[in-house]
Amino acid sequence: MSRLAQGGLIDRTRQLPFTFDGETMLGLAGDTLASALLAKGRHLVGRSFKYHRPRGIMTAGSEEPNALVTIRRGNHAIPNLRATTQELYRALDARSQNRFPSLDFDLLAVNDLLSPFFGAGFYYKTFMWPRSFWDRVYEPFIRRAAGLGRLGLEPDDRLHDKGFAHCDLLVIGGGPAGLIAALAAGRAGLDVILADEDFLFGGRLNAERIDLDDQPGNEWAAAIVAELRAMENIRLMGRTTVTGAYDGGIYGAVQRVADHLPAAPADVPEQIFWRINARHAILATGAIEQPIIFPGNDRPGVMMAGAVRSYLNRFAVAAGRSVAVFANNDTGHRTARDLLAAGVEVAAVIDTRPDATPQGDYPLLSGAQVIATSGRLGLREITVQTGSGRQRLRADCLAVAGVWAPALHLSCHLGARPVWRDDINAFVPADGAVPGMRAAGAVAGLRTTRDALKSGLAVAREVIAEHGRKAPRIRLPHCSDGPVECAPFWYVTAGKGRAWVDFQNDVTAKDIAQAHRENFRASEHLKRYTTLGMAPDQGKTANMAALAIMAGLDGRSIPEVGTTSFRPPYVPVSMAALGAQGAGRGFAPERLMPSDALARKRGAVFVELGLWQRPAWYPRPGETSWRQSCDREARMVRETVGICDMTTLGKIDVQGRDAAEFLDRIYVNNIATLAVGRTRYGVMLREDGFVMDDGTVARLGKRHFLLTSTTGAHDQVWRHLTFCAQVLWPDLDVQPSDVTEAWAQFAAAGPKARDLLHRLTQADISNDSMPFMSWREVKIGKITARLFRISYSGELGFELAVPAQYGPSLAEALEESARAEGGDWFGLEALNVLRLEKGFLTHAEIDGRVTLDDLGLGRMMAARDCIGKVMADRPALRAPDRMQLVGLKPAGASKQLLGGAHLFNPGDPVDREHDQGVITSQCFSPHLGHPIALALLRGGRGRIGEQILMHDHLRGVETLCAVCTPVFLDPEGGRMRG
Amino acid sequence: MKLACPLCGARDIREFHYQGAASLADRPDPGAPEARQEFLDYVYMRDNPAGENRELWFHAHGCGAWLVATRDVTTHEFLSVRLATDKEPTT
Amino acid sequence: MRYSGLKVFLNGLTGNRGWAPVWRDPAPKDHYDVIIIGGGGHGLATAYYLAREHGITNVAVLEKGAIGSGNVGRNTTVVRANYMLEGNVEFYSHSLKLWQNLSAELNYNVMLSRRGCILLAHSDGQLDALARRGNMNLMQGDGAELWDGATLRRHIPYLNFDDPRFPLKGGLMQWEAGTARHDAVAWGYARAADRLGVDLIQNCEVTGFRITQGRVTGVDTTRGHIGAGKVGMAVAGRSSQVAAMAGLRLPIESHVLQAFVTEGLKPVIDTVISFGMGHFYISQSDKGGLVFGGDIDGYNSYAQRGNLPIVEHVAEAGMALMPMIGRARMLRSWGGIMDMTMDGSPIIDRTPIDGLFFNGGWCYGGFKAVPGGGHVFAHLIATGKLHPAATKFRLDRFARGAVIDEEATGATPNLH
Repeated sequence: MSRLAQGGLIDRTRQLPFTFDGETMLGLAGDTLASALLAKGRHLVGRSFKYHRPRGIMTAGSEEPNALVTIRRGNHAIPNLRATTQELYRALDARSQNRFPSLDFDLLAVNDLLSPFFGAGFYYKTFMWPRSFWDRVYEPFIRRAAGLGRLGLEPDDRLHDKGFAHCDLLVIGGGPAGLIAALAAGRAGLDVILADEDFLFGGRLNAERIDLDDQPGNEWAAAIVAELRAMENIRLMGRTTVTGAYDGGIYGAVQRVADHLPAAPADVPEQIFWRINARHAILATGAIEQPIIFPGNDRPGVMMAGAVRSYLNRFAVAAGRSVAVFANNDTGHRTARDLLAAGVEVAAVIDTRPDATPQGDYPLLSGAQVIATSGRLGLREITVQTGSGRQRLRADCLAVAGVWAPALHLSCHLGARPVWRDDINAFVPADGAVPGMRAAGAVAGLRTTRDALKSGLAVAREVIAEHGRKAPRIRLPHCSDGPVECAPFWYVTAGKGRAWVDFQNDVTAKDIAQAHRENFRASEHLKRYTTLGMAPDQGKTANMAALAIMAGLDGRSIPEVGTTSFRPPYVPVSMAALGAQGAGRGFAPERLMPSDALARKRGAVFVELGLWQRPAWYPRPGETSWRQSCDREARMVRETVGICDMTTLGKIDVQGRDAAEFLDRIYVNNIATLAVGRTRYGVMLREDGFVMDDGTVARLGKRHFLLTSTTGAHDQVWRHLTFCAQVLWPDLDVQPSDVTEAWAQFAAAGPKARDLLHRLTQADISNDSMPFMSWREVKIGKITARLFRISYSGELGFELAVPAQYGPSLAEALEESARAEGGDWFGLEALNVLRLEKGFLTHAEIDGRVTLDDLGLGRMMAARDCIGKVMADRPALRAPDRMQLVGLKPAGASKQLLGGAHLFNPGDPVDREHDQGVITSQCFSPHLGHPIALALLRGGRGRIGEQILMHDHLRGVETLCAVCTPVFLDPEGGRMRG
Repeated sequence: MKLACPLCGARDIREFHYQGAASLADRPDPGAPEARQEFLDYVYMRDNPAGENRELWFHAHGCGAWLVATRDVTTHEFLSVRLATDKEPTT
Repeated sequence: MRYSGLKVFLNGLTGNRGWAPVWRDPAPKDHYDVIIIGGGGHGLATAYYLAREHGITNVAVLEKGAIGSGNVGRNTTVVRANYMLEGNVEFYSHSLKLWQNLSAELNYNVMLSRRGCILLAHSDGQLDALARRGNMNLMQGDGAELWDGATLRRHIPYLNFDDPRFPLKGGLMQWEAGTARHDAVAWGYARAADRLGVDLIQNCEVTGFRITQGRVTGVDTTRGHIGAGKVGMAVAGRSSQVAAMAGLRLPIESHVLQAFVTEGLKPVIDTVISFGMGHFYISQSDKGGLVFGGDIDGYNSYAQRGNLPIVEHVAEAGMALMPMIGRARMLRSWGGIMDMTMDGSPIIDRTPIDGLFFNGGWCYGGFKAVPGGGHVFAHLIATGKLHPAATKFRLDRFARGAVIDEEATGATPNLH
């Protein structure tokens, strides 16, 4: 149990100190945390989930169920890392998990004593009495016991990134099959990505003593890798796990860029999540050795034989001083020979096959089974049942050589079920399981290096041919390993005590028997009832034996019991990588207005509207609340002039011979009658008859219109217009174009708006030549601008549009002119006040559930058909008791109006049955000196002048209101027409 | 998932907006005697087949073309795609 | 066999050999008073309530695969009643009340965890909309609390308050909401229904309806013809397919919704958090996994799996909302097929065929509705009348225009 004096693919010149549970040790460059721990004689590294059983390193790969640790500290602490894949680095700081106070002495190990009562699904049958205990005692207790590692609450500030790659061929797995396939495809000139989750390419060639053409396998692999590295059309991605197969030849992959370093260099991400777009893929992921299930099989020191060979041959670590081997196939004998060759004592090979013969100088027990183990925190002794009786053997490591199950997970990600092969006791990928993907090597069920190479080359040739290229001639090396005979032996029935199947979730063979007894026999039921295969390892070393045990219980075959489906990701992927660039403000793009820099300079407070960042108000020195700023800005517009960046409005240009006809079909009101040079308010419906959006339509020419949409509805309106033009009426000659971002547009509103504009343009914009709801082109300096006489504030108003590149400079010019007239910028809050005083609508009112008539706009509906007209005629859309738009004013002592508060007839109970409506928007009106609101009220238009009670249960506010028309100011519109 | 836009070539699916069944292209005649019922079917009712589905996609973050595609909704495989403005191919 | 702590203890002493099958596997009879198609949550609950509340025990539940293998076992286990619109408000309230007593009623611990559910608001306008909703919930007798930003931060300090893409202005909390163990709900109803004499028939796919003179008389199945006085469909996800066999066309599209879970972690997230702007919601299971989900993929699908755009979007939303989640690792993703209706609300009604009833269109909210859906559907089948808690989920609401459109996006199922 120590580092061997020689051999291995480690760098003995580079010693790396690291700590485990505070104890400092030395490892070597090239070690994993697991190999370094084993080199120090450390098997025990963790505690199991349910029973807190002491657990040791079991495998040498990402399938590891036991050796999960936390590394690093503080907000860089990462829980649940597999020690078997974590590369050792200088000062690596690792800790065991799920134990208190220490790994050797864990108080919750008491669970293990109670395990008879913690059988499969026990919690469904109890904790129900007394009833009151569930919320207060049982459930909190169960929750506290949950989980393995701990997640800190501090943000993770490490850099992660996304990557996008395209290739002709993605080779998944850098073992012999993957290497030769990449080599062939590379030489044929294909664009190839070769991904392997290990930090050393070569797969099992690095872990076995196999010679290829008289060269050690690892050296052969290194030579191929060197050639691949030299090719420009090949990208080698080590430390990269392909995690998922998706539609259209898209694969997800996680690359661990800096997990093997003490800290990532500046600007280098820890991990990158790749989306790889591959025309073809070769699945060369190898196979995962499956345990034989026997009583006491979870004791630290019991390991997979393939892992024992990995640690021995690759890391030069003997997993024990005296190693026993328990096998159902020839690789157990290979393990014994490798151990002997390295000078490690082999206690015995216990082979389940009665006809097994020794293949070396070690004791062999044929037709025998391990039926018990002993040792407190690690293996000391095993009990073997042979044909002639029982015997005990001292061993501190038991290497279990079971069936190698193809790592075919990716082939199931699109829903295909794997295919059972009796000859190798394993499932293999179904043909065509993932379009464009072919399997090669051990994952395809091949069992010798030579066959793996052959199949890798063969599938590469097929891919090369499909790309119309010529396959290179590659001679396959002679390989020293022979065929492997394997018996379908999965579990030991003799012996007493618990035999673990799912180590991570503590599922035993008895749990499976109980599930069977209780009729949870379908594989999905078995999995869900026992939690088998649902732990962090997703049953990579558990599912097969569980199926075999279930099959044995009722005489079915494994494929008859079924196979649980494998879902992405193949290995757990950090959320930081998968969600890279979502942190902070990166989640969604931010749209900035032309006046953004100016507004920021002025200290504006921003608010978001449809991804646009809009100033909500522009605080001035001395103003301590938003209301002060807002009231001032609203008053300023009513009294002098205010300017506002309106660029966020959707702008859609519509041209064509049939443009007028087209818009007549879109809007409820007539557009064709609009004169050139004029602008009109318009409303459009969805085809289901509810209001979609409102805005203005300007007629720029006989066949040329410009529409605006509200900021939030722009995407929907744009999609709708193109849908109507291309899909519904392709015969109309019309072309909508989205020009939202092509134009910067600013409002100038207030009695002095015209004076302000006179400072910028010589054009005649008098009321006579440019009346309300008209537009014209004007010159601003050398720039041709569009000036619209429209108003969202109820004041004399203009909106001035210039090509977007002039936006920032126009904003400055407008600011200067506004200030000269005693005005300034106003923000969204003031705009909201201004529009509410006028009863103008936003999507608080046009909420997707209102009809034209609900908004009091029913008379706009033209006689002809338009989108939504037929469905708007349905009875429930015309019901007289529908909620209709009204205004509300406080009419009692309480003046408070709240958005989202409901309305009731005074005197009625304030319950759901008596609900009369809801406040959609409210504000304080500085002009009127009290709050005002818009509301949707049942039969509201017939109740003008009545009183209604606003009652807000949530906030405990009640206000008696007067119902009024939704126009609080200047109902005749004289101000905006002046 | 990728969709081969006839104008732009194969593009990642996130460039596209899915609208729904291609029957949405066949807006009923609002003047027909049974217009209300026909519009009800048109707006609300769907065949929703578990197999080949004719559907409308919008190349929202691309060329702005509306596409009529046939897709196997049990495998997500696109079987054909054309511009909505092109006539239905006669078979 | 009645389950109890004592029973668990006694069985533990005898090697857990005393447990009996949780349900029988009977062969289908020739005829039943009622056949329920679909052995998922709603179908099993319906059968249970038919037997328990209406004394109708000659009932079969026909399940194509294994009981509970559809959406009832594929969801993110959230239980809540914080809807806004009439129709939904009273129904989900009814369902939540049934949840409260479910474990005791079924003698099966469905592990209802009343840990609360918060809907987040990012603007004053959104807070107003949540207030409208919360007022409805309070009026209905359900819980609701409107939180401002400071309250939110006090309760859930690990959200991204300092550099948020969408500012956290507060939210609407419903403490009575929470999670439950999804499989246990299916199994608990199945076991209770079986004990009342209901035949649960697995691996029995319905292949057609027998309809005589406008009345359903039975179904054809992969296990032969089975006669029935009444037939109820509870096959959300496949509703269009099954209804088509009876000649019905539905206002439904089938879409895929993905869900995700991380590796097990010590308790860290103690409530259900819904981040509407990011289409992201999350809770932590009793086993320690962070269970989360997002929007539907957006295209019709029967494939029970989705694609990377949503996977990544959901992860990005998680990073945006709670950056500490970065060190957790996504363990598994899966997909379920949703009946997405044209207004985003379910359908529970008679059909134009006598004796044939419909329960479906649950969109992505069917799990919390299982007790309520089963209860009101059983009432409808048994009495022929709509239950008072579910009078608005009519099939003809589209013809009348009485849609229940919480998302207010109109007849676009993928936007609900």
